[in-house]
Amino acid sequence: MALDVELVKKDFAILDQLVHGHRIVYLDSASSSQKPAAVLDAMQHLYETTYANVHRGVYAIAEESTRLYEEARTKVAAFLGAASTREVIFTKNVTEAINLVAYTWGRTNLGPGDAVLLTEMEHHANLVPWLQLKAERGIELRYLGVDGEGQLILDDLEQLVDGVKLVGLTLVSNVLGTLNPVAEVARVAHAAGALVLVDGAQYTPHFTTRVAELGCDFYGFTAHKMLGPTGIGCLWARESLLEEMPIFLGGGEMIRDVRLDGFTANELPWKFEAGTPPIAEAVGLGAAVDYLLAIGMADVRAHEIELTRYALESLHERHGDDIRIFGPSDPEKRGGVLSFAYKDIHPHDISQVLDEVGVCVRAGHHCAKPLMRRLGVGATARASFYLYNDEADVDALSSALTSADRLFS
Amino acid sequence: MPGLEDLYREIILDHYRNPRNRGELPTPPAVRVEGFNPLCGDEIVVFLDVADDRVQDLRIGGQGCSISQSSASMMSAAVKGKTVAEARATIRAFKSLMSIHEQRLDGADDDGGASGGASGAGGGGGGPAVPEAAVKLGDLEALQGVVRFPVRIKCATLSWNTLAQGLDEAQEASATSPS
Ligand SMILES: Cc1ncc(COP(=O)(O)O)c(C=O)c1O
Repeated sequence: MALDVELVKKDFAILDQLVHGHRIVYLDSASSSQKPAAVLDAMQHLYETTYANVHRGVYAIAEESTRLYEEARTKVAAFLGAASTREVIFTKNVTEAINLVAYTWGRTNLGPGDAVLLTEMEHHANLVPWLQLKAERGIELRYLGVDGEGQLILDDLEQLVDGVKLVGLTLVSNVLGTLNPVAEVARVAHAAGALVLVDGAQYTPHFTTRVAELGCDFYGFTAHKMLGPTGIGCLWARESLLEEMPIFLGGGEMIRDVRLDGFTANELPWKFEAGTPPIAEAVGLGAAVDYLLAIGMADVRAHEIELTRYALESLHERHGDDIRIFGPSDPEKRGGVLSFAYKDIHPHDISQVLDEVGVCVRAGHHCAKPLMRRLGVGATARASFYLYNDEADVDALSSALTSADRLFS
Repeated sequence: MPGLEDLYREIILDHYRNPRNRGELPTPPAVRVEGFNPLCGDEIVVFLDVADDRVQDLRIGGQGCSISQSSASMMSAAVKGKTVAEARATIRAFKSLMSIHEQRLDGADDDGGASGGASGAGGGGGGPAVPEAAVKLGDLEALQGVVRFPVRIKCATLSWNTLAQGLDEAQEASATSPS
């Protein structure tokens, strides 16, 4: 059953408005997605009926609040194919999930001369925490390169992974859209004795996520890109790994006992959740998971492939050599993230002209400056799709590019 | 609602399409300064030849959007041949053209180099200070529309901040070099 975009759109009030007198065409979901009524309602309902702090009170609404918070964890665990809720740590976002690994696992296991293998297409979120360790402790960083089609160069993988303790990579590039062969990389990494950390920020919103099949050891995603609220993300890791890892932030919630001369950490997953957690946000994330599952991730992905194919074809047809779309040309091998250069008009100017007709695209380096250097551009314009976008949105983008051309040449 | 025509005035597009004073100068005697806009990755390189308290020559390099490039081009035309004090006054005048929003965006003024150097009596040793009211911005006034598009103000001011830094460096260099 194909996804009914018209029906889906009705769930997103924000999309039913005019910007500068034009229907809003939101093409920046890779940066952050919009939220359906079901998510907003779930959060509102919590606040209006059962909100209280979690894991503390014994009164009715505190118990209900705790139940809803933990129910969200159960939903996320199932959504990821996790073995248990003990493997699901709520964080602020995926950036914090990766930092959690770098601070706890990294600072226990990585010292001078230890190597971490990353890729040239990582988001700064999966670069800077490791660069910090390089600066702090002299760890060695190695990088898998990116070829002209935007694919990882895996020819030297076996040599590069030799002696490495961790391989960190994104599943889907937020610039190129490339869908990386994570399972294959994980097999080689594990054979070499390395652990594998996967940045799922651009994957989990669009695909069925099965952490076991991906073969990774750490997996992170962020709720606001998958119809959920800001302020919550998730780290998944194998339970045995999480057990070994020292605590991250200290405070309430993450302890079992505190004395004046020491403390005992709480059990998983709360061991890594210091302080009052994002309660309503977790409930919102749970509602986003329900919403996506009701539509079906297979349909979400099929819609993305279809729309990406339409965009690649129609943009090339209308704009010919004037448009250069980065990343893989096969829609099956990529996510719905289209970075492009148009003539030699600067991305800032493109997005400004597009805004005039209500088309929202991102312009900039997309927090991937090393990749920008590799592509030989300072910035790109980027259009990205989600389940509420349709062919009319692509057409609006395409026509707006023609106006940009008229203005600047 | 501001329209695009407020932003992309014809004169701005002209400077964008036909940038003035593009290129490089040999260093030394010129100083070379780079400015970055961390938000969008734009970069401006200013080559600045200052002698006898005067901007003898300058060239602009780097890449960026129409606003940053045209602003740099107009700036180069406006300050070439001017005394250092006049150049600093032009920077001040241009920034006050942009200022309302810039200060609100930045909170603290991150352009200490420019305004700090310029506000002191004597303009940091560049001759008598020139009051900014005396500065005629001419074509630069066309950039006034930018203030209605707050995120683009950084584009317009990038080259000016870079120039201010260049003037500081050129004056430092001449103060320390044996004459
Ligand atoms: C691939 C990738 N990793 C990490 C992030 C960071 O996400 P967040 O800012 O929610 O931590 C993003 C999004 O900006 C992303 O696209």
